[in-house]
Amino acid sequence: MNWQVILPLLLFLVIVFFVGIWAARHVKSSDSFLQEYFLGGRSLGGFVLAMTLVSTYGSASSFLSGPGAAYNQGLGWVLLSMTQVATGYFVLMILGKKFAIITRKYNAVTIVDFLKERYQSKWVVILSSISIIIFLFSAMSAQWIGGGRLIQSLTGLPYITALFIFTASVLIYVIIGGFRAVAITDTIQGSVMFIGTLILLVGVIIAGGGVPAIISDLAAENQNLITPFGANADLTPQYVSSFWVLVGVGVVALPQIAVRAMSYKNSRSLHRAIVISTFVVGFIMLNMHLIGVFARPILPGIEVGDTVMPLISMEVLPPWLAGIVLAAPMAAIMSTVNALLILVSSTVVKDVYINYINPKVSESGIRRLSMSVTTILGVIVVLMSLNPPDLIIWLNLFSMGGLEAAFIWPIIGGLYWSKGNKYGSIASSVVGIVFYFIFETYYPQPFGMHSVVASIVLAFIAYVSVSLSTQKKDSGLSNSFN
Amino acid sequence: MTLKKEDIDKNDYRFKIANREALIGIGLVIFNFIWWFGFAYGLGGQDPSEYSYTFGLPNWFFYSCVVGFIVMIILVFIAVKFFFVDVPFGEDEENEDK
Repeated sequence: MNWQVILPLLLFLVIVFFVGIWAARHVKSSDSFLQEYFLGGRSLGGFVLAMTLVSTYGSASSFLSGPGAAYNQGLGWVLLSMTQVATGYFVLMILGKKFAIITRKYNAVTIVDFLKERYQSKWVVILSSISIIIFLFSAMSAQWIGGGRLIQSLTGLPYITALFIFTASVLIYVIIGGFRAVAITDTIQGSVMFIGTLILLVGVIIAGGGVPAIISDLAAENQNLITPFGANADLTPQYVSSFWVLVGVGVVALPQIAVRAMSYKNSRSLHRAIVISTFVVGFIMLNMHLIGVFARPILPGIEVGDTVMPLISMEVLPPWLAGIVLAAPMAAIMSTVNALLILVSSTVVKDVYINYINPKVSESGIRRLSMSVTTILGVIVVLMSLNPPDLIIWLNLFSMGGLEAAFIWPIIGGLYWSKGNKYGSIASSVVGIVFYFIFETYYPQPFGMHSVVASIVLAFIAYVSVSLSTQKKDSGLSNSFN
Repeated sequence: MTLKKEDIDKNDYRFKIANREALIGIGLVIFNFIWWFGFAYGLGGQDPSEYSYTFGLPNWFFYSCVVGFIVMIILVFIAVKFFFVDVPFGEDEENEDK
């Protein structure tokens, strides 16, 4: 075992663990357990908010598969990844103050709470809870597997042992610390990701003999690598541009992201978070994908894209520094998985159990229930990650686009369009999800674009037309929005 | 808890501010897209042997991804600093301010 690499990683796990214990003090002393456990008491400052957004969003796929794809495709893939710069400011500007004010008025703790109060419909609640539980549950198992594999490849431990080390450390701090623990560890993890990519980029440039040398090596190998069109010239402008919808503006509708727009303390923290998150997201995405491209002349012939990051770190950095840098993808995975875990848990406890099964549950009952649900969910995902069923893998491939297609119009329309109603909301979610699955399965890339674009357009038509045609049935209730 | 109509006053001045800020967000995204797309495919569409370079990076990439990112940071900073307005979020906060 390579202890010089492993020690910094272990140290990192220990720090994260203590943050959980520290946050647990807040949970104990809070007046409202629900607000604290699932939303950090709505008290996040600008920096923490920005970092928790960034690191929730930057997941295993962006840290391991992203650089891998850039390694194979060249600068065209970096261009594609830069569509994510918009995520930082767009989400917070669109949901922004209106979402914060309304969710406070509704006393909403989850996205489903917001939809429930806005549309006043049991079916909206049930449909959205089910989508969240199914999609995010599957998305979580992929992150879990990624974490296990990463530890396995670094330490040489068997996969199962690696998976248990990884999950035990994540589970403990999420279960006891709740949202605040998640947000604070996200901040540490976001900083690690930021510094890690910077160090690694510098290391790679030095190892490659400078940027001009690297670029000319790439051009000599295949000149498509330095064009916007990808190694085989098959990245069309339509396709690349459609990622503005999938990873840029559509991110507004991801529940794990949107819930963060409920948690800020005041407008000043919101303003600060907009600037910081734009900078950090753009910086990490640009560097991380450039690392992937620049790694190609230094380490040619890597077959498995996901291993580019770990391999290049060990190649160009001294072992102890590689250990620190490799905490970055681990941080990315942990911070995504913890956000998903707390969100699925809040959906089960708040949206399903308290709404429909036992509305009169006591404060201490909620406390016990929340912690046990979080534990049980965590354990189920671990068990599934040991040998993931095909269905989970399949669902998880679709989770991001599926959630966006389901939620974008109910959330945006709910905030900004007074005529949007429950019928429109249900129609839009159903149409969005169904067509997304149909496109992905039978007709990927309609009009040369990612299928999420066409699904969101159809969901929009459904939301508007059904809302307008049912105006009389749904008299008045939400007309006071504008 | 039920939705009370009087809770959501459409004349709430804060919503006018929020709506304007959301429009600023949309404007920034559109600008961001045009800049990104224009430089990437405008300069990158030619034959790679005719590319010019800045700091070793092909010009299309340098202007679209690197300069584009810096320009967006500056614009977002200006938008937030000069056009975004501080408002209270909750009732408590509002009372404190009075």
